[in-house]
Amino acid sequence: MVDQALLSIEDLAVHFPIGGGLFSKPQMLRAVDGVTLSIKPGESLGLVGESGCGKSTLALSVLGLVDATRGRVMLDGKAVGSEADRLEVARTVQMVFQDPYASLNPRQTVRRTLADPLRLHGVTNGGEVADRVAEMLRQVGLRPDQADLYPHEFSGGQRQRIGIARALILKPKLVICDEPVSALDVSIRAQIINLLLELQAEMGLSYLMISHDLGVVEHMSDRVAVMYLGRIVETGGWREIFEQPRHPYTRALIAAIPDPLTRGLAREKARGEIPSPLNPPPGCTFNPRCPHATDHCRSAPPVLSPVEEGHLVSCWRAEEFAKVPA
Amino acid sequence: MSASQPLLQVEDLHIALSTDAGSFPAVEGVSFEIARGETVGLVGESGCGKSITALSIMGLLKPPLGLAGGRIRLTGQEIQNLPAAELRSLRGKRIAMIFQEPMTALNPLKPVGRQIAEMFVLHQGASWREAEQKAVEALTQVKVPAPGRRAKDYPHQLSGGMRQRVMIAIALACEPDLLIADEPTTALDVTVQAEIVDLMKELCAARGTAILMISHDLGLVTDICRRVCVMYAGRIVEQQDSEQIFNHPQHPYTQGLVASLPRLGMRAQHGRRKLMEIAGVVPGITAYPGGCRFNPRCSRATEICVKVVPELEALGDGSLVRCHHHG
Repeated sequence: MVDQALLSIEDLAVHFPIGGGLFSKPQMLRAVDGVTLSIKPGESLGLVGESGCGKSTLALSVLGLVDATRGRVMLDGKAVGSEADRLEVARTVQMVFQDPYASLNPRQTVRRTLADPLRLHGVTNGGEVADRVAEMLRQVGLRPDQADLYPHEFSGGQRQRIGIARALILKPKLVICDEPVSALDVSIRAQIINLLLELQAEMGLSYLMISHDLGVVEHMSDRVAVMYLGRIVETGGWREIFEQPRHPYTRALIAAIPDPLTRGLAREKARGEIPSPLNPPPGCTFNPRCPHATDHCRSAPPVLSPVEEGHLVSCWRAEEFAKVPA
Repeated sequence: MSASQPLLQVEDLHIALSTDAGSFPAVEGVSFEIARGETVGLVGESGCGKSITALSIMGLLKPPLGLAGGRIRLTGQEIQNLPAAELRSLRGKRIAMIFQEPMTALNPLKPVGRQIAEMFVLHQGASWREAEQKAVEALTQVKVPAPGRRAKDYPHQLSGGMRQRVMIAIALACEPDLLIADEPTTALDVTVQAEIVDLMKELCAARGTAILMISHDLGLVTDICRRVCVMYAGRIVEQQDSEQIFNHPQHPYTQGLVASLPRLGMRAQHGRRKLMEIAGVVPGITAYPGGCRFNPRCSRATEICVKVVPELEALGDGSLVRCHHHG
C-alpha cells in the first residue's frame, strides 16, 4: 500500500562522479544503488550497515539534500527532490545528528536554536514562540530556564537533548536519527534511548534509526534493513532479522558483537574489509567476504526477494540458510 | 626472579593534572597486577583515567599530567623513575602499545615495511636488509595479503584494518612481554573489529604475551580479557573475572552500566523494557565529589558515601569492589 506509507523510497540510486578531468571520464561512485524501502506512520525502521555502505547518503536523499540519479523518494505522498518545497519537506522530516558537539551552533543560545525554525515557518507571535520553546525543552527533559544558555554550558547528553528538541520543534512526522547515541558516554546512552522512545509514543513519530549498534537497533526498531555497498541485502521485522538472519552479512554483523549474550547466536564472521564502492565486485557484492560464496555468486547479482511474509533477502543461497542455525 | 612474580605490578598509582587553578587527581590509588601471559582489561568512560594509566606504564605522561605517587614494577624492577634512555629500550622491546587511530600513530612518510623493520634495527641490532626481510615475515603473521608488496606501501594506501594490522606487527615485532592496547578497534567497522580482535588474541596467546586492554566497551574487554578492572572518575571501583561481570556485577556503577546497555537478544528474551538509566553525568576532574565519587549518581548512596572514601574490598572469590553498600 504505497498510499499508506509515510516514507516510500522506490528504486533509489544516488551516484556521485569522482575525479575525471579534461581527457578522462569521471568514475561513478554508486553510494546508493537501487534501494526500495517504506516506513509507515508511527513505525521505526532500523537501518544497519558499516561505514561507506550508503546509509548516510540515503538519509540525505530523504531530506532532499542530494538529488536522486534514479528512482524517487515520496514523503507523505509528495516527491522529495530539488523541485520540492524545502520548507514543507522540513516540516515533515527532521534529523538528529551523531555528534551533539558539532551539530549545535556554539554562538547561539538554545532559545535561538529552537526559535529560528519556528519563525522561519511562520510562527511570529513572540509569546507563542516562547511557549513552544519552553514546552519543547520540558518534553526533552530540560528546564525552560535553561533556554538562554549556550551549548558549551551543557553536558554531552544534554546537548543531544537540545538536538532532539531542535528536530521536534516543528512537529515533524519522520525523524532520521543518525547514530544518535554513539558519541555519548556509555552511562548516558540509556537516557537518550528512553527519551527517543517516549517522544515517539507521545508524538506518534516515525523513526529512521541509522546505527551500527545492533543492540540499539533491536531495542528501538519495528523493522530492520541491512545495507551493504549501496544496496539493501536483507530486510524484515526485528525478530526475523535478529533471530533468523538469512543473509551471511547480517549473520557476520551479529557474530561480530563481542557480548557474552550473543555468543552462539551466529558464528560465521566475514573475511576482509568492505571493497571500494567505486569498484564493486561482480555478482553479489558480498561474495569476496562471504564464507558461502559459489561461482554463481561471483558472476550473477542476486535480487532482493521474499523468503517469508515481509522478510526479504538478497542472497542466492537464502533458502539453504532457512533452517540451518547461523 | 621467581616464577610466581607478576609481570607487571601497579601499586597505588597517582597521576595529577596541574592547571593554573591547582592540582587535580586524575588517577588516584590505582593498583593492579598482570601475570605473564595474562589478559587484563581496564574499562571506563572517557575521562576516567584509563588511558593515562596506560601511558604512565609506558613512561609517556606529558605535562600537565604527571606521576604523583606510586610504583610501577616490571618483573620486580621499578620502572617509574627510569632515565629516558633506559625507558626507550624498554618500550617496544618489553612493553609495546597500540592506539585507537593507526593513521596518527604511523609515520605517513615512510613505507610500513620500513617502520616495522625499524624495530629490529633499533632493538635487535639487525641490519636494514635483514630487518626488511623480517618485516615482511611480520606482515605475514598479521595476515596482511601480499605482504611483500604491502611492505612498500605508505600508510595512506592501506585501509583502517590493514593499518591496525601493521601497528600490531610493529608492537609484537620484538616479542614484548606486555602489549598495551588502548581502544585498538574503536575506529574500525564492527566486522573488521572482530577480525582484529581474533588476530590479537591468537598472536598473543601463541607468544605468551600479556595484554592490558583499555576500552569503554565492556563486551569487547570481556571477550579478550580474563580479568576486568572497572574505573570511574580516576579510581578502580571493581575488579572481576570477565565471566562474572555481566551476571554478577558488584559495584552500583557496574550494575548500572550492565543494566543500561541495550544488548542484542534482550528484546527477544524479555520484550522491550525501559532501559535502566544512570542518573546525572560523569563529573569533571575539577569537580570530583568527596567520599565515593559515584555517590551523586548512586541510588544506594547514604551519608557515609558522601563522607568516607570506600576502600577496595576483597570479596573472597578474587573480586574486589570499592563500595560501602556493594552486592
